[in-house]
Amino acid sequence: MSSPARRHPPPSTEAPPASRGDALRAAAQPVGLLAELTYRCPLSCPYCSNPVTLGDYHDELTTAQWQRVLAEAQELGVLQLHLSGGEPLLRRDLVELVAGARELGFYTNLITSALGLSRRRAEQLRAAGLDHVQISIQADEPALSDRIAGTPSFQRKIEAAHIVKELGWPLTVNVVLHRRNIDRVAAVLDLAEELAADFIELANTQYYGWAWRNHGALLPNRTQLERAEAVVRAARERLKGRMEIVYVLPDYYSRYPKPCMGGWGKQQLTVTPNGDVLPCPAAHSLPLPRASVREDSLAWIWALSPLFQRFRGTDWMPEPCRSCERREIDFGGCRCQAFQLTGDAARTDPVCHLSPDHDIVAEKVRAANERTGIRDGVLTPRPHRGHPSSG
Amino acid sequence: MPSIKPIRTEKRVRTEKRAVGERGSTAMTSSSRPKLASHMRMRFDPVRQQHVLLGPESVVVLNQTGADILAVCDGRRTVADIVAALRGRYDRVIDEDVRLFLARLAAKRCVEICVEIDDE
Repeated sequence: MSSPARRHPPPSTEAPPASRGDALRAAAQPVGLLAELTYRCPLSCPYCSNPVTLGDYHDELTTAQWQRVLAEAQELGVLQLHLSGGEPLLRRDLVELVAGARELGFYTNLITSALGLSRRRAEQLRAAGLDHVQISIQADEPALSDRIAGTPSFQRKIEAAHIVKELGWPLTVNVVLHRRNIDRVAAVLDLAEELAADFIELANTQYYGWAWRNHGALLPNRTQLERAEAVVRAARERLKGRMEIVYVLPDYYSRYPKPCMGGWGKQQLTVTPNGDVLPCPAAHSLPLPRASVREDSLAWIWALSPLFQRFRGTDWMPEPCRSCERREIDFGGCRCQAFQLTGDAARTDPVCHLSPDHDIVAEKVRAANERTGIRDGVLTPRPHRGHPSSG
Repeated sequence: MPSIKPIRTEKRVRTEKRAVGERGSTAMTSSSRPKLASHMRMRFDPVRQQHVLLGPESVVVLNQTGADILAVCDGRRTVADIVAALRGRYDRVIDEDVRLFLARLAAKRCVEICVEIDDE
């Protein structure tokens, strides 16, 4: 910092406008990479967003292949690395991958069920430089949590959460909300406070993969949502400065769609266990050309592949998005949801009240509010493990 | 934990003049001693050629001035000290800009105010 005295520009946390130019530069630099290291998982949550075709992902990338992907991601501008799955701790090379990621400068997040996060493993990850741990919990108490997870796991999660705090990590507790646990939000918040979590994410289920298959039984009713929101509002006030609460609405109840991934191919990319690269983790469901790190560089895939270019920007938009003043706010919503609900990925997300297909969502919401019991409907658990050799 | 949620990454702290710091923990005055929160990491990003502030699911892109301010936030210097330190480097430093910048980051829990200090 040997610069001579100069005029003081106001301190700012705003990036300058992205430079424009050739096609490579037209794609803004990605900020985050979701590395889905494996779809194997000890849990069998019915809200899982992993593909229902888990069998297609057995051929996992090797350590060396992941290391190459991470190096390419760093060159592309990725700053945040989310290590997820399935259960990322099932990868024996996780510590090695974390150490390499830290050397590349990533802020590294482990998104885990915490099963397999023994003290020894945790210490190794800490030494490797892992920055942050996010532990999923299915409910505030063992019986319900274990029932949703499909396996005894609650106690081990609590033990792991204590270890995370003891080792000095920031801890995020993540609870996916749905019809069967949303009434427990107050107790869930108490538990997170007890665990001294720094952040809690109360994310209503998004309906992809297994969750889509189970959406009829997972979608809460309006009364449940209103109660939960009141609890969250009060807790935010009470816990201000101690624990940050992120609450994600179920988008079926929203007036406008979610800004999925902050825009297609705009900020985020996902690499699946077998090396497919996706603009969002659910995009494997779309009838679009594949892109894989086994065949092409991450830079080419991000900037130029037909997959990433398909819905980038606003040119692809139909009405009512095309002329909507919110087109750069919610980007037309979620392409996967549009495809799932209408069969056409290029339509406006039917969640939007302006969508010509909105009645599809309205009908699902109506059905959820007609059913009275919170345990109505059948839930299909995802298989425990997506890998034949791991039992 | 595979469940999709809208990604919140690349939250940028905006410059709106929201009332921040009304509560004790984030009140930023000229005698506050700020430091980067322990869960945050600042580094230079060679790709963007800018400093970035990274935390759990958050990315803040800083300009040089912002990075210079944070570089001297060590939990011992007060905001007044920080302004003085910057005066050696810049020919004009507006106290209020620095204080507001730090208050905004404190409200986002990127910056903490140190209460226990070793005064030797």
